[in-house]
Amino acid sequence: MIPDSEYGPGLLAPYRVLDLTDGRGLLCGKMLADLGADVVQVEPPGGSPARRIGPFYKDEPGAERSLFWWAYCANKRGVTLDFSKTDGAALFRRLVGQADFLIESADPGHMASLGFGYSDLSELNPRLVMVSITAFGQDGPYADYAASDIVGMALGGFMHLTGDGDRPPLRVSMPQFYQHGSAAGAAGAMIAHTHRQLTGEGQHVDVSCQQAVARTLAHAPQYWDLEQTILRRMGAYRESAGGTFTRINWPCKDGYVNFQPGGGTAGAARSVRSMLAWMAEEGMGSPELEAVNWEELGYGTARAEIMEQTVAAVAPFFMTHTRNELAEGALERRILLFPVATPSDILAHRQLAARDYYDRVEHEDIGETVTYPGHFVKDLQDPSRVGIRQRAPRIGEHNREVLGGELGLNGRDLARLTELGVI
Amino acid sequence: MAGLPLEGLKVLDFCWVAVGPMTTKYLSEYGATVLRVESAKRPETLRRAGPFAGGESGVNRSGYFANYNANKYGLSIDMSHPQAPELILRIAEWADVVTENFTPGTLERWGLGYDELSRVNPRIVLFSASMLGRGGPMQTQPGFGAVLSSLAGYTNIIGWPDRGPVNPYGAYTDFVCPKFAVSAILAAVDRQRATGRGTHLDMSQLETSLHFGGPMLLDAGVNGREPELVGNRHPSASPHGAYPCVPDGNGEADRWIAIAAFDDAQWEALRDEIASDGITDITSGEFRTFRVRKAHEDKLDGIIANWTISYDRHELMRRLQAVGVPAGVVNDTRDLFEDPQLRHREHFTWLDHPEMGPYATDYTETQLSLTPGRLDRPAPLLGQDTEHALREIVGLSAEEYRELHDAGALV
Repeated sequence: MIPDSEYGPGLLAPYRVLDLTDGRGLLCGKMLADLGADVVQVEPPGGSPARRIGPFYKDEPGAERSLFWWAYCANKRGVTLDFSKTDGAALFRRLVGQADFLIESADPGHMASLGFGYSDLSELNPRLVMVSITAFGQDGPYADYAASDIVGMALGGFMHLTGDGDRPPLRVSMPQFYQHGSAAGAAGAMIAHTHRQLTGEGQHVDVSCQQAVARTLAHAPQYWDLEQTILRRMGAYRESAGGTFTRINWPCKDGYVNFQPGGGTAGAARSVRSMLAWMAEEGMGSPELEAVNWEELGYGTARAEIMEQTVAAVAPFFMTHTRNELAEGALERRILLFPVATPSDILAHRQLAARDYYDRVEHEDIGETVTYPGHFVKDLQDPSRVGIRQRAPRIGEHNREVLGGELGLNGRDLARLTELGVI
Repeated sequence: MAGLPLEGLKVLDFCWVAVGPMTTKYLSEYGATVLRVESAKRPETLRRAGPFAGGESGVNRSGYFANYNANKYGLSIDMSHPQAPELILRIAEWADVVTENFTPGTLERWGLGYDELSRVNPRIVLFSASMLGRGGPMQTQPGFGAVLSSLAGYTNIIGWPDRGPVNPYGAYTDFVCPKFAVSAILAAVDRQRATGRGTHLDMSQLETSLHFGGPMLLDAGVNGREPELVGNRHPSASPHGAYPCVPDGNGEADRWIAIAAFDDAQWEALRDEIASDGITDITSGEFRTFRVRKAHEDKLDGIIANWTISYDRHELMRRLQAVGVPAGVVNDTRDLFEDPQLRHREHFTWLDHPEMGPYATDYTETQLSLTPGRLDRPAPLLGQDTEHALREIVGLSAEEYRELHDAGALV
């Protein structure tokens, strides 16, 4: 046991992470950094290809202007290092020797081809937890397939269930596939870490983004396994079982809201009753729906004719109110309803403001303060400990600090390595 | 062979519905002892949600529940019974971690908030998850992931420009959060083991989910951008979409392949495959560069759809992947069970359940080389382990157990 006061700030303060990932894996190290770990992002000289991912600050592309990079490299330090070159590899070995975690997202086999597969790295540091984030895992029939977000969301089973029934399946139009795998990589890293802290044994965590997406499908795979039913996409509705469905998305006066009518526990029946009472107050009540025994219906299920009656009564009511009016009324009446929010709604949301969610981070290089999503979890014993502490690194920003200060290279060494294109 | 990595980690688990139980399933798969507290008086939502084994409903027959609760012990405790809080504090003395996702304030009403728990066990890690977090004007707003995806910004960006937005399938945010939750819980356990310090973690499903949309929020903040519905289009790829394929031999017609070209090499490889089938329109100058393809994307999508529709989706995927074009079949839920890569990874395993018979449950997406996870016990029948867990695991005496049982606290 060591005194908590000597542990350092954050839940993971004592640990060092080497993050070699590109745009496919940055979130994993970001989560560990948010929890307090010292995460060093290692980029090739000239900068990571993830710096080319948009959107960009003021819509002008540039290596220091990628908002994707800013979002997923905040809280990290950054060094440049070409470890495929001899001098770079020597430095890299020293960094590996000091690291607790190493995260990478290269195609399967790439690290081994450079002499840095897991077996090589574990010889340098048997305690190391190495996390590899790839589309399909390190081996298997698809391991070498080219996978972008849409390909992964298709193979993971998400798209078949999302979109209008009479149109092609849809993806979410911001990247999700590698994010699911990256977040799972952090969970896997912590599971392996827990074992390492007890036994001293490191290991290799092999993440499949396809599996991560296949695990987002709620009960749909089980419907095939147990009832041989393939659930399908239904636009504004959700097929909640074979032959029963519920409407989720509804137009209102100035946009859309999500409201889930249906029975069951967890406040679902109460929510419908409250909605019906509100409609009655405003002269738009529905005695037929009030007579339905919502309490006895299963979770998220209602027969087609009840759903038809519900839509006939509720849809016109929503058209008389704005998203905001409906959301505020729902809060008062404990109705399961949320507005379909735009990014600016989310930035202005009063619950997020009340919880001090957003962090304002100084970008002194451009003279601006930028608003970031903050704590993904709050540590109520010390709320300062999870959240954004510093902006993403500029290219090679911490070369001197990490390679000079910590590895002991002097100014001449650094200049020579720069000339050789190693850093 | 090494044991399971979380062996010895003791968890008192009040989590219910999806987000919480999926979180504690990571822990139980990797060896933690998870005591899942429910009450037969109020079977939890998922026990009443389909699918059911053989299509026949029952509190011990839900596949939705059974998937997320494998490897856990099932205890039935009536939390409204006057002896319940004292019993829970006794279990909290045994536990390293307590997990819950009730509406904020529920544990406190039972006299089981962090203050009370840490009084009996100062090392305790309490993990609380809720829709919108603790405190603030909306902490008691009820909700499910199925509707929260709208507030988290997802619904707004899924859909066709000529129609309205649609939701991502299912309780989407419920499946974003567990990975963050497991990371945070085990980070708190690490600190607990190193220093003896306890922690109360407070997770808002909204706040966590917004991290998948970080660049979008920054774009709105610094550039004032409001996204529009774009179907499957992508700002830096063309083509980028899902295209129809021939029905399966069994007549299933809802068959699609996703195809994308992000650079010249991918585009040229795709174009050459299409042209080699005699479709010369694809070599038109309208599609030569990324910029001009973007200007003629409707026409381009039409040509590609007319090409894909005469192919079997798997055959086409193999052909395009062989020349380096990102392409993947759109798997439906039956396909997931037959997908060669998921089978290679042993994504699903079948557990033999006393009422349901064999049922499919999924392994985590993380494979650990030295200490892989293990799913070997089916989800508990309601209350099946109450006596075993309280006596053999927590250490109650026979008399203490009998007294609680006879008082009616264990239902």
